[in-house]
Amino acid sequence: MTRNLTHLTNRIIACLDVRDGVVVKGINFQGLALAGDPAALAARYSAEGVDELVMLDVSATIEGRRARVDTIRRIASELSVPLTVGGGIRAMDDARAAFDAGADKVAINSAALATPELITAIAHRYGSQAAVVAIDAKWDRDRAVVFGRSGTAESRREAVAWAREAESRGAGEILLTSIDRDGTKQGFDCALTAAVSSALRIPIIASGGAGSREHFFDVFTSGRADAALAASVFHYAEHRIPELKQWLADRGLPMRMTTGTARPC
Amino acid sequence: MRTVALIDYGAGNLTSVMRGLRRAGLDPSIAASPDALARAAGIVVPGVGHFSATAAVGDAWREALLARVDAGVPLFGICLGMQWLFEGSAEAPGVLGLGLAQGLCQSLNSIGNQFGELIPDVISAKVPHLGWNVLAPVGDSRLLAGVEPGAYAYFAHSYAAPVGPETVATTTHGSTFASVIERDNIFGAQFHPELSSDTGAAIFANFARLVAR
Repeated sequence: MTRNLTHLTNRIIACLDVRDGVVVKGINFQGLALAGDPAALAARYSAEGVDELVMLDVSATIEGRRARVDTIRRIASELSVPLTVGGGIRAMDDARAAFDAGADKVAINSAALATPELITAIAHRYGSQAAVVAIDAKWDRDRAVVFGRSGTAESRREAVAWAREAESRGAGEILLTSIDRDGTKQGFDCALTAAVSSALRIPIIASGGAGSREHFFDVFTSGRADAALAASVFHYAEHRIPELKQWLADRGLPMRMTTGTARPC
Repeated sequence: MRTVALIDYGAGNLTSVMRGLRRAGLDPSIAASPDALARAAGIVVPGVGHFSATAAVGDAWREALLARVDAGVPLFGICLGMQWLFEGSAEAPGVLGLGLAQGLCQSLNSIGNQFGELIPDVISAKVPHLGWNVLAPVGDSRLLAGVEPGAYAYFAHSYAAPVGPETVATTTHGSTFASVIERDNIFGAQFHPELSSDTGAAIFANFARLVAR
């Protein structure tokens, strides 16, 4: 039976890892390298038809964290697609500051592990669609273990069980990052993504490992991801978003194709 | 600049909506009291989340809003704000909507499709419906002027309004529902124009023209 049940598209999400107001990108969560101005990159991806943008603040200093609101405001002013902000959202006050500055969703990770009630509080005040739970997982034999604090703190939790709990507490999406694959360009972890996606009703954003176009195709098909997130392959223009989407659409995947009517500067 | 009053009933974040309206040349502000609606050239009801949140809009607000709508002021409901324009929702059976559009909102899993069948396939159509989906226009629409059939818009919801006499665009996710409504000076979008790139910008620009009349 081939009746079309939905025209919902697969989403391509560009991620800006921001440290003290500058976009950086690490490998296996370490060794950060510089990649540019966040607002300039946001403007470029928006013009290229990115479906969403995620900004992860990895600032080490208090000054960097104070600058976060300013960076969110600058990025949001360039966008008319959803903006998710993560990194350092520890309590409702942090979430409120991010939303007031122009975030449409916040992603919480370590804070959700420490205080799962925060998921419900954000969902209650801003709606489930605004409450993204970020899960960083790493395989230990056949068990996907969840890590907090940018991959440095092992939790007792297993990825699928934790994702299910997050969903039941009101999360609207899961941003699932494979620590093993992050920054390696070896491909998304399709097994991990499919395990979480098939256990949940809410959408899964796959992250970590994007390299080739085929990796995106694989994660949308065998990985059952609703969205795929990448950073460096876009920052360094290894893939341009319009061509990547066209390539995926040519292979039968539902993608939002823009007509190339980017606003003149 | 034309002033637009937003009704804030604590359901979600209004920053992006305000930014989108400003880009369309409007001057949006959050109405502090029902009296403020009398000074606005247009009214926007945003909102996300549970239908019961609309119960926070008290009788004084409802009366002031309906009086302005009767006077011909353009009203634009977005997402939960559009659902509120209907008679009610299965999500909160005791809470009355404004009754400006016909029908009751239903869970996306329980709206019959065009054949009247329920489709339980949650793998092909996950709920919540979250992401970019297609608008299929139905007849003429001032709000959708210049928006091409098949344009994409950004959705985030679990309940939706049935297709009815006010429907000017439909969208399919599991079932087919009303994604844009329009009647006289009453408008609604189930998706988020403020997050819908060029499609959303065109819709806000059209609303700005309707407000300016």
